[in-house]
Amino acid sequence: MNARYIPYLLIAPSLGFLTLLFFVPLVQTIALAFQANGGWSTENFARMTGDINFTDAVVDTFEIVVIVVPLQLLLALAMAMMLQHLRGGRDIVLWIWSIPLGISDLAAGLVWLAILTDKGYLNTLLVDLGVLNGPQSWLSYETPLSLFAAIVVAELWRATAIVLVILVAGVQLLPKEYGEAAEVFGATPWQRFSRITLPLLKPSIQTALILRTVLAFEMFAIVLSIGGRNFPVLVSEAFNWQYSQQDYGVAAAYAVIVMGVSLTATLVYLRILRTPAAQR
Amino acid sequence: MTLRRAVFITGIVVLCTWTLVPIYLIALAAVGGRTVVNSWPKPFLPPTDVSFATIREFFNISGVWTSAFYSVEAAVLCMAFSILLGVPAGYALARFVFPGATTYRLLILLTRAFPVAILALPLTVGFIRLGLYDTPFGVSLMHTTLALPFAVLVSASLFQAIPRELEEAAWVFGCSPLRAFLRVVLPLALPGIAAVAIFAFVISWNEVFAASVLTVRHKTLTAYLLSVLSESPLHVQFAGGFVLIIPAVLFIFFVRKRLFSMWGIATR
Repeated sequence: MNARYIPYLLIAPSLGFLTLLFFVPLVQTIALAFQANGGWSTENFARMTGDINFTDAVVDTFEIVVIVVPLQLLLALAMAMMLQHLRGGRDIVLWIWSIPLGISDLAAGLVWLAILTDKGYLNTLLVDLGVLNGPQSWLSYETPLSLFAAIVVAELWRATAIVLVILVAGVQLLPKEYGEAAEVFGATPWQRFSRITLPLLKPSIQTALILRTVLAFEMFAIVLSIGGRNFPVLVSEAFNWQYSQQDYGVAAAYAVIVMGVSLTATLVYLRILRTPAAQR
Repeated sequence: MTLRRAVFITGIVVLCTWTLVPIYLIALAAVGGRTVVNSWPKPFLPPTDVSFATIREFFNISGVWTSAFYSVEAAVLCMAFSILLGVPAGYALARFVFPGATTYRLLILLTRAFPVAILALPLTVGFIRLGLYDTPFGVSLMHTTLALPFAVLVSASLFQAIPRELEEAAWVFGCSPLRAFLRVVLPLALPGIAAVAIFAFVISWNEVFAASVLTVRHKTLTAYLLSVLSESPLHVQFAGGFVLIIPAVLFIFFVRKRLFSMWGIATR
C-alpha cells in the first residue's frame, strides 16, 4: 500500500463521522428552518417571532450572556492571578476550583434549586441571621429580579471553572522573563499585570471567551431547573417547540438563530482580540 | 503575616467555600430524602441518625437509577467511539505532513463555534427511520460529535510529544509500522488517552439537550431529570442532581494533573 494514503485512511473515519453527524444535520437544520408547506419560505421565522415568548427569550438570553460572561472572565482572571501567588497547597486549591468544570448545567441548576427553594438553605440561613421572619420565595413568577440573579449566580458557580482552566493553562505557558525584567525596572504589580500578563494572555482570553459565549447561548437546563417556564431562553424555546409542540420547523428556526449569534460572537472575538502574526 | 497576606488567604478560602458548600448542601438534601426536603428550618449538619430507611429510599428512586444506567451505557459508547475515531486522526496529524491537514484541523476547530448539541433536532426523523431513536446508542453517536474534536486535538499533541526516533528504532528492529505503534507509541500515550476517554465520558454524562431530544422512554439521567422537573417531588430531583455530580468530582480528581495541559492543547 502506498504510504501517501495512510494519513487519509487515518482521518477518514472521523471525517465521515463528522460529516454524517455534524455537517449533514447543520444543513438539515437550516433547510428545515426555511421550509414550510413543502416549499421554501420564512413562515417558521414569522411564527417564531410572532410567539409571545420570543422577545422574552431573546432579551433574557442576551442579558444573561452580557452579564455572566464578563463577570466570569474577571473572576477567573483574579483566581488565576491568586494561584500564581499561592505558595503551598496550590494543587488542592486548583482541584477544588476546577470541580464545577465537570458538573452539568442541569445538576448545577438542581444544586441552586436546593439552596434557593422556599424551604431551602438560603432562607434557613437568613431566618437564623434574623434577616427574614419566614420563608421567602426567590424563584417565582412574581420575583423576576431575584430569579434572574439566581440564574446569574448559578452560572457563575458552574461555568467560571472552564474559563479558569483555560487561563491557567495559558499562564503556565507565559515566559517568566518579561515579568522579572519589568520588576527589575520598578513596575508595580498592577503595571506588570496590565501591561505584560494581560496582553500575553490575549490568545487564552480569546479562546475562553469564544468557548464560554457559545456555551452561554446554548444554556437551557440550568434555566429550566431553577426557573421552570418563567424564564424562557432561546434554546429552551427550541426545546419546547420540538418536544412539546412537535413543530420541528419553528424549533429549527430557533436553532438557526442560536447558531447565527454563536458564529457572530466567535467572529467578533476573533477580530477584536486578534494577535498580530509578528507578536506570536 | 502581613495584612495583605491575610486578605489574600481569606480570598482563597472564600472561593473554595463558594465552590464546595453548594455541593455539600445538595448532598445533604439528596441523602436526607423526603423528611429533610420537607423540613423547615433546614438542618445544616448531616442527620446523626442516618437510618437504613433513608438510604434505601435514596437507592429506590427507580427512575434515577434506571436512567443512570442508560447514561453510563451512552457515556461508555461515546468514550469508545471518540477514542477509536479520534486517536488515529490525532496520530495522522502528529506524524504525517499531507495536503489537507490544515483544512482538516480547521474543520475540527470549526465545530467549536457551533452549539453542536442543538444539531440533534433534525436527527430525530433519521434516527427513527434507522431504529436509533430512543436508544443509548443513538444518543452516544450525537455525544461523540461533541467529544471527538477534543479527542483528535489532544491525541495529536500526545503523539507529537513522543519522539519519532523511538518508532523508527522499532522499525529498524523489524516491527511493522502497526506493531511499532501498538508496542512502542501507544503504551507511552496511554495515560493521556485515558484522560481523553474520561473527558469524553463526562461530556456524554452531562449532556442534556441532545439526550432529551433523542429519547422518550429510555432516557439518560439528564434527560430523565429534565422531563420530570415540573412533576416529580423535590427529593427525587435533588437525589438525581447529586448522582449527576458524583462522577464529576471523581473525574476532576483523576485528570487533575493533565487538565491544564489538555486544555492548553485543545484550545490553542
